[in-house]
Amino acid sequence: MTQQEINIEVLRYNPEKDSEPSYETFQVPFSHETSVLQGLQFIKDQLDGSLTFRWSCRMEICGSCGMMINGVPHLTCSAFLRDYYPGKLRIEPLSHLPIERDLAVDQTDFLQKLESIQPYIIPKETRSLEDGPFKQTPAQRERFYQFSECINCLLCYAACPQYGLDSGFLGPAAMALLHRYNSDSRDAGQAERMPIVNAQEGVWGCTLVGYCSEVCPKGVDPASAVNRNKVSSTLDYFFRFMAPRGASE
Amino acid sequence: MAARRPYVRPMAGWWRRNPFYIFYMLRESTAVFVALYALQLLYGLYMLSIGEAAFDTWLASLQHPLYLVFHTVALAAALLHAFTWFNVAPKAMPVLYLGTRRVADRTIVWVQFLFFFVISAAMIGLALGG
Ligand code: SF4
Ligand code: FES
Repeated sequence: MTQQEINIEVLRYNPEKDSEPSYETFQVPFSHETSVLQGLQFIKDQLDGSLTFRWSCRMEICGSCGMMINGVPHLTCSAFLRDYYPGKLRIEPLSHLPIERDLAVDQTDFLQKLESIQPYIIPKETRSLEDGPFKQTPAQRERFYQFSECINCLLCYAACPQYGLDSGFLGPAAMALLHRYNSDSRDAGQAERMPIVNAQEGVWGCTLVGYCSEVCPKGVDPASAVNRNKVSSTLDYFFRFMAPRGASE
Repeated sequence: MAARRPYVRPMAGWWRRNPFYIFYMLRESTAVFVALYALQLLYGLYMLSIGEAAFDTWLASLQHPLYLVFHTVALAAALLHAFTWFNVAPKAMPVLYLGTRRVADRTIVWVQFLFFFVISAAMIGLALGG
């Protein structure tokens, strides 16, 4: 098998030395099967061991290898160098997130948001072991399944200019996961999560750019979660407005 | 441990960075033309309230080439606005079920287009026939 070479331009940032990030170009040999992630690993192993980036599973499961390739958010383990040849690649850390070092971003903000939506089932009633498990029909499961596929890769945050402009916005994946639990027939946490949905920085921070759903590698369609919740937020407002005073307490 | 100094990249000019964003801005800007058209229509209504002569003068003024250009652009903008909205509508509505089967997003989009064309054809037919 013949080996070809491709130029990979990487955005580098060393918080101890650099005042701002700058590009560095590496020449990387590749074959038909070489993923972009493997290209970066070649750089780290053979050319410059200080290059910093995240990965783990190498199979679109862990969600840690997201980066911008030529301005588009991708999982680098499932993007292939051959698809960019004979052009070159420009690899940058995920947009809209602070750069920690080189290609690694600071995920703290998302993790706090994820925690805030209570991403677990808040049961309707307390059940003892004797009561057995909560049962769910396939049709009930169907209502949330797509949203439960999220791997927290943050590609959707890198796609969302509203999040880039105001990082207070809850953002696509956190809203998708919020919707995932709210739509679960076993869950009774909707009222607790509603203030997050209703906030100016909840669903109303979204202007339906729609790029989040375009780049999501798992078909989660976070834009639909956000925008369906605009409907529920409106209804929630309306009913609270209509209900006699104190009725919602 | 090394000092942390996370770098936040500037957002200036973000919408020029990706064709998807450019199209988004185009979609949003259609609202300006739709608003201008609505204002112009309101003005027409106002002229009608004054009397027939005023309304006729207004109608005649619409023949001006600049107005024709504006109307063509406004029509294109309104169509783009409507069509892009049709495409995202399935994302903004509750999931629809027919029996136990979920109605596909594609179907929802096509039904809207179908209604759009049938109603538009009926309206055009009415306007030209009447
Ligand atoms: S919604 Fe999709 S793009 Fe966003 S974090 Fe989850 S898997 Fe990644
Ligand atoms: S390395 Fe796990 S998703 Fe790419």
